[in-house]
Amino acid sequence: MPLVESGNEPASATEAAVDPATARAYWIKTSGLMWTVLAMWFVAGFGIHLFAVQLNPIHIFGFPLAYYFAAQGSLIIFVVGLFWFARRQNQIDEEHGVQED
Amino acid sequence: MSASAKEKDPFIASLGKIYAGYTGGFAVFVVILAILEQMGVPDRIIGYLFVFLTIGVYAYIGIISRTAVVAEYYVAGRRVPALYNGMATGSDWMSAASFIGMAGSLYALGYGGLAFILGWTGGYMLVAILLAPYLRKFGQYTVPDFLGARFGGNLARSLGVIVLLTASFVYVVAQIVGVGIITQRFLDVSFTMAVFLGLAGILVCSMLGGMRAVTWTQVAQYIILIIAYLIPAILMSVKVTGVPVPQLMYGIALERIEVFEAAFRAAGQTPPPGVTGFYTAPFVGANGQFSLSAMVNFFALVFCLMVGTAALPHILMRYFTTPSVREARQSVAWSLFFIFLLYFTAPAYAAFGKLEIYQTLIGSQIASLPDWVKNWQIVSPYGTPWINIVDVNRDGILQWGEFRIHPDVVVLATPEIAGLPYVIAGLVAAGGLAAALSTADGLLLALANALSHDVYYKMIDRNAPTARRLVISRVLLIFVAIIAAYTAGNMGADILFLVAWAFSIAAAGLFAALVMGVWYKRTTNIGACAGMAVGYIATFGYLIHTEFYGWHFIQLFGSKEAILAAARQVANLPMDAEIKAAAAAMVANAATVKDGALSFIGNIFGGLPTDTVALRGRLVARLWSINNISGGIIGVPLSFLTIWIVSMFTPAPSKAMQDFIEDIRIPKGGVRLADRAEAVD
Repeated sequence: MPLVESGNEPASATEAAVDPATARAYWIKTSGLMWTVLAMWFVAGFGIHLFAVQLNPIHIFGFPLAYYFAAQGSLIIFVVGLFWFARRQNQIDEEHGVQED
Repeated sequence: MSASAKEKDPFIASLGKIYAGYTGGFAVFVVILAILEQMGVPDRIIGYLFVFLTIGVYAYIGIISRTAVVAEYYVAGRRVPALYNGMATGSDWMSAASFIGMAGSLYALGYGGLAFILGWTGGYMLVAILLAPYLRKFGQYTVPDFLGARFGGNLARSLGVIVLLTASFVYVVAQIVGVGIITQRFLDVSFTMAVFLGLAGILVCSMLGGMRAVTWTQVAQYIILIIAYLIPAILMSVKVTGVPVPQLMYGIALERIEVFEAAFRAAGQTPPPGVTGFYTAPFVGANGQFSLSAMVNFFALVFCLMVGTAALPHILMRYFTTPSVREARQSVAWSLFFIFLLYFTAPAYAAFGKLEIYQTLIGSQIASLPDWVKNWQIVSPYGTPWINIVDVNRDGILQWGEFRIHPDVVVLATPEIAGLPYVIAGLVAAGGLAAALSTADGLLLALANALSHDVYYKMIDRNAPTARRLVISRVLLIFVAIIAAYTAGNMGADILFLVAWAFSIAAAGLFAALVMGVWYKRTTNIGACAGMAVGYIATFGYLIHTEFYGWHFIQLFGSKEAILAAARQVANLPMDAEIKAAAAAMVANAATVKDGALSFIGNIFGGLPTDTVALRGRLVARLWSINNISGGIIGVPLSFLTIWIVSMFTPAPSKAMQDFIEDIRIPKGGVRLADRAEAVD
């Protein structure tokens, strides 16, 4: 039942695109990267700010340090971390030959 | 992707030129209006021109992008490049709450408000690593589509639709309130009228072209909103510090604010209600001392907003539109970058605005306040004026606690506060409107798609012809929009409060099922459905119970001290006569008050009692001192736990389903759908 008129829909695969061993190795690497970035997320999102009371008396360019981290520092870590993640995951894809055609 | 998408699409290739020209055109437009203002054209006309011309442009993009092709209507033909999808997601994401509300919240809450900054950016890490690439690989049209295919059909799909409808509807109402606030002020019409005018603007963008029109309009709206946010912040930075980099220079403003606050306190003054007197201090109570409850609430809110980000369907569906899995991942990074540009400016905006008010207004004669104060003394939908000058001690001089500005107007009023030309105020209004309209567009589309695609087509009439599906989708879009506008026009509520509810609901209802569906192969259909239901009911129930039935909640979970404290609060609130009488009787016979039946749950944590606060004219209960805007903190873990436990005790998914998960995890190749009859179109 063709419901989509444009021809550029991905066709459903009938068999696996890669062999099970590659798939497993790929997934282990991908999971590893996921946990790394998740740890980064946790530290930047929560870890640093647990010490806000201790950090705040330190002032840099007028910014209390904890205020700076919550307002800007953690955000920079998030943005840079995501670009790094996208690059690293592409490398993993290519190492295992599972990138899109 | 087939060959057709690989070839250079002339439209995609010329996107750079199109949007560069558009940005230049907008700059010229602003300059012309600035010149007109100098020539003496009245402010009112400038406001009109900004509002109508920008909406006109969005409508024009919406109309030229109209389409009758299903893949174009639902996923913009899957050819939106990562960078542009990032911009579109940015404006889809940044709502009236981000643009109008956030700097206002920072203004009022100081460090506490930074929870919104952290929560609304960090969630993209979760989107990128846990969900976006896999949902893109799955390649269907909606989030409930994925739930239906992964978890065996209509039950999972319906649960997904219910969560989506609740969260998105709450969210869209908040956007329409935002549109109403701006339109009311700049077009000088009543709030209800303003809401329906804004609605027309929303509908022309999304109705004809679906996702395709919404995507290209959102890119255009992003450009306007980011310009409108950065320019006033830069001008204020120049005014205060002489350097046009507000993000680096507001440290100076923060220091000066601290000095002002210390001086006010030394003079025995108190801050206005709802505003912290310790701007940069983390986790403090009203007296400036460390407060465990403030700290727990800060982290709970950050958590809910982050997880909610990764569960909101109108955001996730944006990553269905990229040409590939690879671009989906990059696109999340771009999205966060474009969002970051605004979010790391917001604290600067708030700090400069606050400093300006402390410097120029506090301590001056009330009779001789500047004109803009009078402009904003119009009555808000909340019943009080936006800027409320209350001369408490009747000395004719404005003190710290006597200048009460509603957080939602801080951004809109700051250009006038800082004495910038009116054209800047108009620009900010255009930006706020772009933010609210773009988010409303995305949300309405998610709502209408869930109803037309998931409910009507997938569950009611599988043989509906394309033309009928698209007509139904459009009719539903108008229908939902009108209900949302009606609700917005009749309900007074803070924007941020409503939006945070949407995040908690989406987080608790969808996040666990989506993540476990990809990352835990053993997740069974029953497990996922149970998890969604438990998370949703626990969170939504908790929100309603604590917000609207706080009196009942505290009787159940509170200790006798908490119940007595609540009874005393009731006396000052506009509540039911029956409750008032019961509360008065309790206060009179304090010795007879007993602990609530479930108070052992309410008092698990020693330092975090279950209590009540008087908020929004209601008695709002807080379990373990956690504000109900962070209600997801209870629902999200419950949902994960339910899915895990039930999955352990139900038969493992079939081989076909395991293959399906394998295929979703790997970028290469198509997707083998477990149940072709159910999921393949």
